[in-house]
Amino acid sequence: MQEMYILWLRQIRRYTRSKSRIIGAIGQPLLFLLALGYGIGSIYQRAGGGNYIEFLVPGIIVQTTLFGAIFWGINVIWDKQFGFLKETLVAPVSRLRILSGSALGGATTTVFQAALVFVISFALGFRPTNWANVPLALLVVILFSFALACFGAGLAAIVSDFQGFQAINQFLIFPLYFLSSALFPIEYAPPVLKFIASVNPVSYTVDALRTLLVNQSHFGLGLDLLVLGITVVVLATFGVVCFKRIEA
Amino acid sequence: MEAMSAVIRASQLTKKFKNFTAVNNISFTVQQGGIFAFLGPNGAGKSTTIKMLTTLLRPTSGEIDIAGHNVLTEQDAARSSFGIVFQDPSLDDELTAYENMELHAVLYHLPRKDMKQRITELLTLVELESRRDSQVKTFSGGMKRRLEIARGLLHHPQVLFLDEPTIGLDTQTRNLLWDYVKKLNKSENMTIFLTTHYLEEAEMVADRIAIIDHGTIIASGTTAELLKQTKTKNLEAAYLSLTGKTLRDEEVSAREAFRMRARTRRMR
Ligand SMILES: Nc1ncnc2c1ncn2[C@@H]1O[C@H](COP(=O)(O)OP(=O)(O)OP(=O)(O)O)[C@@H](O)[C@H]1O
Ligand SMILES: [Mg+2]
Repeated sequence: MQEMYILWLRQIRRYTRSKSRIIGAIGQPLLFLLALGYGIGSIYQRAGGGNYIEFLVPGIIVQTTLFGAIFWGINVIWDKQFGFLKETLVAPVSRLRILSGSALGGATTTVFQAALVFVISFALGFRPTNWANVPLALLVVILFSFALACFGAGLAAIVSDFQGFQAINQFLIFPLYFLSSALFPIEYAPPVLKFIASVNPVSYTVDALRTLLVNQSHFGLGLDLLVLGITVVVLATFGVVCFKRIEA
Repeated sequence: MEAMSAVIRASQLTKKFKNFTAVNNISFTVQQGGIFAFLGPNGAGKSTTIKMLTTLLRPTSGEIDIAGHNVLTEQDAARSSFGIVFQDPSLDDELTAYENMELHAVLYHLPRKDMKQRITELLTLVELESRRDSQVKTFSGGMKRRLEIARGLLHHPQVLFLDEPTIGLDTQTRNLLWDYVKKLNKSENMTIFLTTHYLEEAEMVADRIAIIDHGTIIASGTTAELLKQTKTKNLEAAYLSLTGKTLRDEEVSAREAFRMRARTRRMR
């Protein structure tokens, strides 16, 4: 446990020392929140969709988590390039612990960012309908972040450079996010989009948060949590398997 | 015969990168408590061999045993028996000197109660104690190197790998390092596996030497044996007569050149 703690602490120390990273990481979700919240909000309301900010905030929280945690994986590439990775890889600590400790650090910083976005959304008039559900929502975000951080680290382990990592993000993560229920309601989407969003695991995490925070459900919380559970197991396993193959 | 048992045993070790053979079917043993120097020109395959011995690279073929553990199948057990100072940088620049040391101490399971004192001791040894709370990115190249060495000496492993530990160090620090290493070797019967391009260092500290060129071990033995074999008077002459006098620069691959550049950039 000690080893995992110190690797976690390392991530926290690095994060708190880099102010630009904190600002950079919440800049993108804030931009979405403002541009979409104000830009589309009025049309959404006029079309009878209700309060768009309410609808949007859970999606933006997922965005913060998704991009934050996967991009955190880039740290593994930096560690590889700047050589620090070797230090951990020859230590008498299993790769599983190295990955878990570091990914917990990455998840912690990501959850912190998601919490920041949550708090900032209050300024735009967002309020959770039931505070009692907020702890469970937090747990969803924690699990999702951890799984994605493992996935990001695994990805970083198998791609050889920064560009490769970026390419995968362009072709995998962006579509996963934009073709989910994060920004638009599935039920009014054209059939193809509706189908894609329904088989996209990101939609289920969005739906879970939407259910818990503003009481708007599409798939039902049970199914949401089941899909989330499966996603977490699959992503974390992928991360661990890839990370174990890493060579420095 | 306890003292004569082999603690490193490599047999028919080969590493290929695509179709380039960096290490070609080498075999050697290092005795417990020995100081073994691995010498050879740039690109000979020294670091690649060390990376295979320390579980960082998978050999294309061959077997390695360290302290009785098969390095390929019992990685975690093997790892707990050695320590290493890498040729390339491996510090976290964002962390302070102390934090780098602390992280290492925890990863190597040093008891909490000794930790602070040991770290202070070693930082003092390499004269970085006054900079313990500075971030490593504010250090000079030589200071970073000294910190890496202090970190490598923090836990006392059964086998210590030193891959060109003295590059970029001033003479005083080099002498200090070798004295300390020899002391550890005596007092704890610690086995040392080192590489260096300073042949006088190898001559001074090592009890056995192997010379590798183009991925193949071309000679090995004590300094005296190598001198006798090559009919020369000092290790440098013996080394040159074995490896030839041509420069290896032209053989240095693009990747190597990039690594060198990256290093000098970071050292600044
Ligand atoms: N990851 C890699 N991919 C491809 N080639 C590699 C890789 N690592 C090393 N090599 C090549 O293997 C050869 C041996 O490299 P190695 O680093 O073991 O040399 P060395 O003996 O340590 O040299 P030096 O004295 O310069 O440190 C070199 O030709 C190098 O270019
Ligand atoms: Mg080398």
